[in-house]
Amino acid sequence: MSITVKFFARLREQVGKAELNLESADDVMSAWNQATDNMPMPDNTLCAINMEYTSPDAALNDGDEVAFFPPVTGG
Amino acid sequence: MPIKILSSAFDPWQETRQHQQDHMEDGKYGATASFVGSMRDFNQGDDISHMTLEHYPGMTESYLEKICDEAKQRWALLDCLIVHRVGDVYPNDPIVLTVVWSAHRKEAFEACRYLMEELKSRAPFWKKEGLQDKNGDGARWVDKNTPG
Repeated sequence: MSITVKFFARLREQVGKAELNLESADDVMSAWNQATDNMPMPDNTLCAINMEYTSPDAALNDGDEVAFFPPVTGG
Repeated sequence: MPIKILSSAFDPWQETRQHQQDHMEDGKYGATASFVGSMRDFNQGDDISHMTLEHYPGMTESYLEKICDEAKQRWALLDCLIVHRVGDVYPNDPIVLTVVWSAHRKEAFEACRYLMEELKSRAPFWKKEGLQDKNGDGARWVDKNTPG
């Protein structure tokens, strides 16, 4: 099993990495905890699985890409 | 494809004209509504020298397409166009362009507003401001968009 984890914008700077791979993770929160060495997740963090918004309790499957980022500020 | 993410400066009027020439049938549209968002040189009382725009390649395009599709389902539109900058932008540079073509003005005005508001709340882009102040150059992430 392999899960790709990505961080963007301020979160990438706070965590200190843009992308990494995990051998396994049951859900989004578990991927966060492993990828950040249990850093507290900022309240306004947004999560996505395979480029669709999701929630921290969503389950992960082999090959999933999970992303974490702050509120969006485009436009 | 009605979605463009560009890493260098663009001319919103040229993009509009080009899309119209390439994709629109003459005589079929009676309304064209567009919005252009440009970079200010001030924010929250500070002078801003430039901004760096980041996106999530793949997810950003997917959400812009979703937003266009939703607008087409909600209103009788002939076509939509969204162009958005990434990378370094400077004061007065266009950041975003949304254009809607329809037979009548009501749909064009409403859908153009919808594209912008949905883009601002859902499309994964992030802005980092470069500050010009007496203490030297600094930078800060923009935490949230100003209300529309």
